[in-house]
Amino acid sequence: MDLQAIAFYLLAAVTVISGFLVITARNPVHSVLFLIMAFFTAAGLFVMLGAEFLAMLLIVVYVGAVAVLFLFVVMMLDVDFTQLREGFARYLPIGMAVGGVLAVEMVMVAVTVAANGAAGKNAAPAAPVADLPNAEAIGRVLYTDYIYFFQAAGLVLLVAMIGAIVLTLRRRPGVRRQNIGDQVARTPASGMKIVQIKSGEGLSE
Amino acid sequence: MTFQDALLLARPEVFLAASTLVLLVWGAFRGDKAMGEVSIGASLALFVAAGFAAVSPEGTAFAGGFIADGASIFGKVAIYLISPVAIYLGDRWLVRVGNGRFEFPILILLAALGMGMMVSAGDLISLYIGVELQSLALYVLAAFRRDDPKASEAGLKYFVLGALSSGLLLYGASLIYGFAGSTHFDLIAKSIEGGATGTGVLFGLVFLICGLAFKVSAAPFHMWTPDVYEGAPTPVVGFFAAAPKLAAMLLLARVLSEGFGTALEQWRQIIVVTAFLSVAVGAFGGLAQSNIKRLLAYSSIANIGYALIGLSAGSAEGMEAVLVFMVLYMIDVTGFFACLGALSRNGKPMEQLSDFAGLARVRPGMALALTALSFSVMGLPPFSGFWAKMFVFKAAIASGQWPLAVVLLLGSVVAAFYYLRLIKTMWFDAAPGQTDKEPLDAKGVAIASALFCFPVVLPALALLEPLAKTAALAFGLK
Amino acid sequence: MTSTALDFWATPLGWTLITVGQILLVVIGVLLSLAFLLLADRKIWAGVQMRKGPNVVGPFGLFQSFADFFKFVLKEIVIPSGADKVVFIAAPLISFILAFGAWAVIPFAPGWVVSNINVGVLYLFAISSLGVYGIIMGGWASNSKYPFLGSLRSAAQMVSYEVSLGFIIITVILLSGSMNLQTIVEHQAGGFWNWHAFALPTIIVMFPMMVIFFISALAETNRPPFDLPEAESELVAGYQVEYSSTPYLLFMIGEYSNIVLMCAMISLLFFGGWQAPFPTPFLEAWSPTAVSLFGFLWFAIKIVFWFFMFAMAKAIVPRYRYDQLMRLGWKVFLPVSLVAVMLIAAWRVFGPQA
Repeated sequence: MDLQAIAFYLLAAVTVISGFLVITARNPVHSVLFLIMAFFTAAGLFVMLGAEFLAMLLIVVYVGAVAVLFLFVVMMLDVDFTQLREGFARYLPIGMAVGGVLAVEMVMVAVTVAANGAAGKNAAPAAPVADLPNAEAIGRVLYTDYIYFFQAAGLVLLVAMIGAIVLTLRRRPGVRRQNIGDQVARTPASGMKIVQIKSGEGLSE
Repeated sequence: MTFQDALLLARPEVFLAASTLVLLVWGAFRGDKAMGEVSIGASLALFVAAGFAAVSPEGTAFAGGFIADGASIFGKVAIYLISPVAIYLGDRWLVRVGNGRFEFPILILLAALGMGMMVSAGDLISLYIGVELQSLALYVLAAFRRDDPKASEAGLKYFVLGALSSGLLLYGASLIYGFAGSTHFDLIAKSIEGGATGTGVLFGLVFLICGLAFKVSAAPFHMWTPDVYEGAPTPVVGFFAAAPKLAAMLLLARVLSEGFGTALEQWRQIIVVTAFLSVAVGAFGGLAQSNIKRLLAYSSIANIGYALIGLSAGSAEGMEAVLVFMVLYMIDVTGFFACLGALSRNGKPMEQLSDFAGLARVRPGMALALTALSFSVMGLPPFSGFWAKMFVFKAAIASGQWPLAVVLLLGSVVAAFYYLRLIKTMWFDAAPGQTDKEPLDAKGVAIASALFCFPVVLPALALLEPLAKTAALAFGLK
Repeated sequence: MTSTALDFWATPLGWTLITVGQILLVVIGVLLSLAFLLLADRKIWAGVQMRKGPNVVGPFGLFQSFADFFKFVLKEIVIPSGADKVVFIAAPLISFILAFGAWAVIPFAPGWVVSNINVGVLYLFAISSLGVYGIIMGGWASNSKYPFLGSLRSAAQMVSYEVSLGFIIITVILLSGSMNLQTIVEHQAGGFWNWHAFALPTIIVMFPMMVIFFISALAETNRPPFDLPEAESELVAGYQVEYSSTPYLLFMIGEYSNIVLMCAMISLLFFGGWQAPFPTPFLEAWSPTAVSLFGFLWFAIKIVFWFFMFAMAKAIVPRYRYDQLMRLGWKVFLPVSLVAVMLIAAWRVFGPQA
């Protein structure tokens, strides 16, 4: 077995196992940590496919930013797990039914694929552009063919940002804030007063 | 096609996006005192965009992701014209409840932009992004009064269930992409040509329809509707009961006819079942409601069922019926929610059925408007709702969907009960007391839409029908 | 070299051996230099405060770090009873491993790099964004209030400053047109007036960007004046409170390795990496090894210079308050670096080399 195959099976096995542990771990923080592990190994699989740019973005965006905030929130939650599990038995039949339907569908799809192949009539993948680092290859289609989707996705994120601000920002009255401009602009003349006090009289104010 | 041509085709959307950004920066620097200015700016931008859409050339742009044709132009003009009404109503209403913020018109603008993208989507990716842009803005609008627990609940419910439906939609889209080999409607249609629909594509289609049925609140994906309608601010509900439904119906019609036109028999079954269930749930569910907003939610479920009946005809006539029906319904529902926004007693909005007792004596004008609107939604001739239902009925008969046509009639009869109950309460019960003076803006909109329901609809229909006919032809069905 | 020997190095086993050898070389080199840089840090700090600093172990205290090392290693590892044991032990390991993993793509001299990947800058950025996990996990697993508060502060701080770091890195990528660190360094050849920090006319933008990068690097590595996660007057020692012995040592080595890595990054991105500050036409006559050694010397000098700056910042700047820290990151650095990205992009599109 060559190194590539070893690396692949290692990464794939870790991805699957940690994916499984995400849903079975009892402690939610452990779940998130396994999720991060799954992301990380998935990035490794991307590297093996030669998509190193995608792999790095996966780590920077999902592991480095999204999952950190996720972990941040989960760590601070005070969840009572016995209470969470209460409805488990009651909803089990429905859950099983939905899961069962999905499983049957998946099997049917898999059977179809095995029989006919997955590809449609025009499913030939675009030929990879030779000698182009894949960051550049992505950039070339992202800013030409897909510019509309790209910009529209930006608008979706803008809405998310506006929404977060609308729903959380509120101006409380009576809060004193630091104004750095004022502090910097303060001069000795405006900041202090020199008073000559005669002895025995004190300062009346 | 050069990039300039593409921009020209998408001119209404580009203009809307640009003006949104300008207004957002303007509002961010001026603060909430800029709300009036931003509202006016947003309304103007929507009118200009509607104008751009009306004179837009036809064609496809951005590698097939954007389609400008009769149907999309029809939808855009309707959506961009109804959105300023929502800004006008909501802006005043929020100021009255002391929650005026400049982000409100901005969010309506972004939602309208998302709807514009939905109606001109030519690709599964632009479909998804359009839907997401529209719904994300609406989630925020639903929870806009964040200090009101009911509004927060509505926003959260809408968000969680909406996210679930987006998940279904994406799952379906990825199955379709995997089996048809493309995200582009034309290419999907080509790959399933000649009835060679694979199981995979069909599964994808089912999930896709489920996701979109969620967005139009068709049964059995309607459970969020009553709660969200009840909790969200009244003018916002008036907005998302109207324009997004039109956009989602148009999108559904486009996906089914352009992407899956050759699999008509397969998707028709799904649409028939959904239509039947929606009419039944809407008609019978409404009977038990005492809250007017919940009642209107069930009414909207039933009405979506009627529109789906038109869609299930799978013909150009059916599409035309859907377009006419949705536009007329949009005006009805806007009028209804304008009435609700206008009426209050001792500063508390009137939302229970019993609050409306004796309204005819206290506020005869509003009672008359509400009565006209109820008659219209009921489908009584010669009100606009009657014409809307007639179009759908004719299309269903013409395509041989007899059972559904009967369902439509039965549903209307059952639903008539709760509208009649409202009318009876208003005209024949004793009033518990004086109501507050209605604000001019909401009253104006309510009366205008009531007037539209009866006399104006006749000349308007003469204008609307040929437009809808040309628009429906764009879907390429016979 | 005979042909059989060549064949052996081309086999998977040979390739593995070479790579492991390179990794060991880098790790040991970095560890050794860390020992002396740590001492330098303490000496500089002491110097600013007019003290002598460590001067007992070895001549001028040169072996102080080794003495500390043995002290840490030989002590007992104490794990608090309420701690989540696995995560508690894993946290310092993660810190340590990530801090050294990043060195894999650093080019020390022309061709002297363990892995010359195309997205080297992104790799560095990704690894440095992972660094926060060691701290969060350590703080949480300790099951104690001070560490937890420290780790929360740290998570928010590192995520905030990563954003502006990312934008500044983008300006460099835009200028050199590549994410490969070797290419970025080669782009700055020919004298200090070609280094990104000083090249005309982009100096107007890039010099301030270099300064912001340096300050963000201080925040990203939790160094003073941004050492709020371990502010001793408020949180005792932040996320490290419950750590002792070797796990503590791992945290500390990881922290210092990250600091030196940041110094290396500033050198590579803005100060020409291994390039000498003057034109070097005479190098053509030299053997490749000599050229590499010459480049390595310059790179080392630059790293030491930036480490000196880090140490001076620690010695002379008072600690920030938390709201000031957040304000600086989000309200000053983020918009400024965003504008810089736009300016540099415009310069690349409309400027003379377009």
